[in-house]
Parts: sequence; C-alpha cells; structure tokens
Amino acid sequence: MSWYKNLTRREFIELAAAAAAASGMTTCSGSPTPWRFLRLCEARVLAAICGQLVPPDQDPGAEWAQAVNFIDIQLCGPFADAQDLYRDGLGYTDATARSWFGKRFAELDGKQQVEILDATERGTVSKNIWETVDSRQFFETVLSHTMQGFYGDPRHGGNRARVSWKMVGLAYPQVRGRLKYDPRAT
Amino acid sequence: MPLKKLNAVVVGAGAGGGVVAKELACAGMSVVLLERGKWHTAFDCRKDDLRNQRTSFLGCGFGPDERNPRVAISDDGRPRVIKPNHWAYSNNAACVGGGTFSYGAMAWRFMPQDFRMRSTYGTVEASTLDDWPISYEDLEPYYEKAEWEIGVSGGAEPPQKPPRKKPLPMPPLPDSKEHVLLGAAAKRLGLHPFHIPMLRNSVPYNGRGGCMRCRWCVGFACEVDAKNGTHNTVIPRALATGNCELRTNCVVKEVLTNGKGRATGVAYFDQHNHLREQPADVVVIAGSAVESARLLLNSRSLLFPNGIGNRYDWVGRNLQGHAYTGAMGLFNFEVFDDLGPGASIAICDYNHGNPGLVGGALLCNEFIRLPIHFAGMSPPGLPRWGNEHKDYMRKYYRRSSVVMGPVQELPVFEARVQVDPTMRDFWGIPVARLSGHRHPSDIVTAKYIADKAERWLKEAGAIRTWPRLPGSELSGGQHQAGTCRMGNDPQTSVVDRNCRVHDVENLFIADGSVHVTNGGFNPVLTIMANAYRVGEHIAQNWKSV
Repeated sequence: MSWYKNLTRREFIELAAAAAAASGMTTCSGSPTPWRFLRLCEARVLAAICGQLVPPDQDPGAEWAQAVNFIDIQLCGPFADAQDLYRDGLGYTDATARSWFGKRFAELDGKQQVEILDATERGTVSKNIWETVDSRQFFETVLSHTMQGFYGDPRHGGNRARVSWKMVGLAYPQVRGRLKYDPRAT
Repeated sequence: MPLKKLNAVVVGAGAGGGVVAKELACAGMSVVLLERGKWHTAFDCRKDDLRNQRTSFLGCGFGPDERNPRVAISDDGRPRVIKPNHWAYSNNAACVGGGTFSYGAMAWRFMPQDFRMRSTYGTVEASTLDDWPISYEDLEPYYEKAEWEIGVSGGAEPPQKPPRKKPLPMPPLPDSKEHVLLGAAAKRLGLHPFHIPMLRNSVPYNGRGGCMRCRWCVGFACEVDAKNGTHNTVIPRALATGNCELRTNCVVKEVLTNGKGRATGVAYFDQHNHLREQPADVVVIAGSAVESARLLLNSRSLLFPNGIGNRYDWVGRNLQGHAYTGAMGLFNFEVFDDLGPGASIAICDYNHGNPGLVGGALLCNEFIRLPIHFAGMSPPGLPRWGNEHKDYMRKYYRRSSVVMGPVQELPVFEARVQVDPTMRDFWGIPVARLSGHRHPSDIVTAKYIADKAERWLKEAGAIRTWPRLPGSELSGGQHQAGTCRMGNDPQTSVVDRNCRVHDVENLFIADGSVHVTNGGFNPVLTIMANAYRVGEHIAQNWKSV
C-alpha cells in the first residue's frame, strides 16, 4: 500500500509523468504533468525553491515532505487566487536562472539558487523578466505556502509522515486523557 | 407571508444571543433564535491546524463562509473586497455558539476602573473615551451568574481586583511546567501571579467531563466538550424549556419597523434562501460588533433614513478590539511539556496605574503554539527560511515561552463600520465596510507592556527575548466591540443603560457592540454577564415596552 513512499521525488515524478502520458493527460505547455495545476517544469522549479526554503539536513526538507503536492492541491482550492502568481512567478524564476547562470533553476547548485531567491525576496530581480508579478509578493506567498506544506497538518498533502512534527519534538499521536501533570506522559 | 408572531426574536446565537434567549425562554416568553451559521457536530471537531478559527490559511473552521465578503479601506484609501479568512476581515465565528464554540475561553471580569475610564484618566485627544453608564457593581451579580451557569474554573482574583463574593465553581487545572516557572519568576519580581479563569471544565461539571489537556485549544472545537460556550450550556437549556426555537443558516436582512417607530420583527433569508418575516414583540440583536452595526445601518425606513438607531451618526463608530502585545523568550532548557491549553498564568499588575499611560493590559502566557505558528515567530535578525531557520525550529520549539496581553484600546470615532454603497453579499444585502486605525496611544501602551513581558521572561530564565508589538491597523477581530455604544445621552450613544436602542422602545442589543470601552481583558465574560442583565430586564419589562 505504501510502496510509493520508498520512491525518490524524481522517480515519483517520472513515474507519474509516465502514467499521465499513458492516460493521455497533457497541459498547456505540451508536456504531460502528474500535477493538478502545475506544469511539470513549474513543479521542478517549485520543488527546488521548497528545497531551499526548508532544506534537508539531518531531517528531511520541504521537498521530501511534499510541500509541492500540498501547494498543488491548494492551488485548485483555497489558493486558487494565487494561480496566476505561481504560473508567472515560477516561469520568471526559471527565466532569471537562465539569464544569470544559463541554466534552469532546478539545475543550479544550492548557492546559485539561494542567490536568486535572495534577490526575489528583496525585489532586486530584473523588472524586464518579472513583468506581471512583484517578485517580493511571489516570494512571500511561496514562503508562507511552503511553511504550511512543511509544518502544517499532513491531511492537506504536505508534512509527509509528520516529518516536521517529529523534528520539533512533538510526540504524535499526543498522549490524551491526562488530567494530572505527569512528566512521563510527554 | 409573515410567520406566527412570537414574544421575542434574537438575532445571533453567540455569547450574547445565547444567554438572552435562555433568559427569555426560562421566563416563559416564546423566542426564536436566528443564527446565520450552522450547529456543528462532533465531526467538525477535527484538529486541523491550517483550517480553524485562529489559523485560517485554508479557510475558517466555523464560518462565516465566502458568501459573506466585507470591504476594507486600505491605507491608500481604496476599498478592497475581503474574504472571511483575511486578517483585515475582523472575523468572529458564525455558528451556534458563535466565538464561544472555538474560543480560548478566558473568563475575565473587567476591573471597576474599566467602567470608569474617563473619570479615571480624563479626556484624551482624538478619542471618544467615556465612562460606562453602569458600574462594576451593577454587573457583578451577573458575572457570578455567568461563572456558575456557563462554568468557569480558576482560583481567586489577584489583589488588584475586587474579590469574588462566591468562589468559582471549579478549581484550576494542575500547573504546567511553564506555569511553575513563570509563577516563581513573577513572585521574585514582586508581581502577583494567579490562575487565568477559564470557561473550561477542569473537573466534570454541568454533565460534561473535564479538559483532556490537548494542544489544540483556541480556534478549535473541543472534542471532549470540556470547553463551555453558549452552544453546550444556555442554548440547550433554552431549547429544553420548549419556549425557544433555534433556526440555523438564517441570515437576517433587516429589522422591520412600523410607522410609530416600533420594531415589528425581522426579515431574514431562511436555510433555503427564501425571504421570511418573523414578527415579534421584542427584537434583540446580538450579531457581534461588526454585524450588529451593519444590521442597524441596513434597516432603513422613512423614520430611520440612515439606519435604525443612527439619528446622531453613532452606529458603527468606535470599533475596537485589543492591541495584543507582549514578548517571546528562548530558553536553554525545555519549557514546553505539551499540556494544553497552554495559557494558564496571568498578572494584573499592569492593567491600571501605569505612569503616564491610559489603561494597560493583563499579561499571561500564550496558548500552545503549533509548529505552523512557531514557524512565523523567529527572532529579529534570524533568516525566515533556510538552514538557520530550520535549526531554530528544531532547537527552540520546546524551549520557548510567549507572554502576551490585550491592551485596552482608546475608542476612536473614525474607526468604524459602514455599509458599502455597492458591494453586496450572496443574499444581496450590502456588506460591512471597515475603515480607520488604532489610537496612537495604544501603541505606546503596547510598548510599555511588552517591556514588562520581556522582564518577566528574563526573570524566568530566558536567554533571549524580543517584543511582539501591534501595528496601527484597524482593530476588531474576535474581541470586536464598541459600535453601538451604551450611554445615557442619546446624542452620543446608541443604546441606553439597559441596552435598548434610544429611538426604539422594543429593540435591544446584547453583544460586545454596547461596550463603551473593552477592558484590558478578553471580553467574553462581560458580554455574557451583560446579556444576563439585559435578558433579565427584558423578561421583567417586555409587556410594557
């Protein structure tokens, strides 16, 4: 039942892409996508951004925790107002990467990605690329959504295996029914 | 076709409306209680930390839904349409129980000075600061009634407040680690710490069990029903009399009046969105400060061209809430022991008597911070993302404490609720339009109080502290109050001391709207106590009004 949990993200996306292609599902950019809203190339940029906002160290990061999955689900629901912001912003992030380093954002090394994200956060990216979207607004939105996807409730598609809750030291499920203070209960 | 005429119609089944409905029904009056939200079931009690009343990234747990937009005026003067889960919406839950269904349940009595703010501090520039027409002593018996009927746990009042004539019905919950730490520190500082009174069962009471001390409290429904709101106390009791009917998913459009200026009932959209008329001898409005004002302003007629009760342009004015202020502290040992609700210890040393300041605030430790809250609470200078932020989360989630308090706000005439000239809700009713700012003095007080919070945390052993301060944005939110001021002079208030609208002899308001000032305390027990007082008055006098 949980065989897919052992897959890496790349394997998962490729597998899902293959499945999507097999089912004839394609999106505007032409390439098949396993996602609900995001195009395949957009999801790669977003995964790389999530990977920098909450990077993996001794604990997994936001990419592993499926923050992209969380955001993709919510973009078809409560975050629907942010669809254009994501569509344009993710494209501009990739375009910025090409313009600065000649590669796609997801192919850059960590230092280069952080450099671009810093500029996005501060609003010092090129207005020629960021035509329709204020990069600061895009950054704040993605940051908030990524934190929700990493630290929020797993029922919404992120925080895979409650990884962030374990990381901060929250036992789950919480021991309940305690009426008296009992240090052993935590 | 109008429905059968009843003795009373109560609009809004929250803290105020639930209490009034119970008082009237128990006095033998026929009552209908109209609520625009629904009556939630156990299924709705899930602990969803992204979708609840406190943290509503994915929507509000208990309403209102997106059919209820509002308009907020931005700083650049432009109107913006606001969804219910936006911070500028001034959200209070829309369901049976209202805010009390999912609140943190602090059960504060205001202090005697809170009813005499103008006498205590004099006039303040750019503020409509005034005294209440009633005193603490007038309200005291009803505070006691609310504490016993709805159910409050806690200990004795601190020395700054008058002692209760009758102790609370339930003891406080056992102390958490943070409570012990902060309690000892406060005493070393010469302060007077005590248990926060809570509308929460610490032991079985009123046929329901005690708190199981989970970490999801404020913003969530209680899955063991240990949190006492109107939905599980007075409203069921009102229904049990057989005199009260609760109609949910009913949105009131306007208060109806006749040519003599008497209220004749209300017009509302029922759960099938059909427009209905409910005639009644007495109309009681308890929709909370924003919606009650909106309803009055939307009730226009020949006699009341600017809205009912609005002859002198006071309806919707003086919107206030609380300027929350305080500090966060980091420790090099674990403070967090995962014992809910988290908030437990308070001081009232800074509510009044602060040199050079008007009013003040209580200070208490905060409700448990879930990881998603903590992620947005990093110290100044620390990056908000990346490795350093993640390290901070891992290291300090269980080693932090937050002390906060609600600064008593100075009422501002231009902080107000109007009805929007163009924007309408799903039912075609003009929506509330919010504009204005906090009084600058609130920010000054907030800084003073935050400093005291830092001092308290440092004494408790915090290795680093920093203030958490409010901005100048319009207040309101769950503590919204002030928009239908109670007063003796019809030219500078909306309702009289019995909360009857000055112009209309059978129309009453029984929620936070009538508060002249909102105390340096969470306001719900005061709303409940006043609703008991108003309910008793109506029950005794309704035949002659």
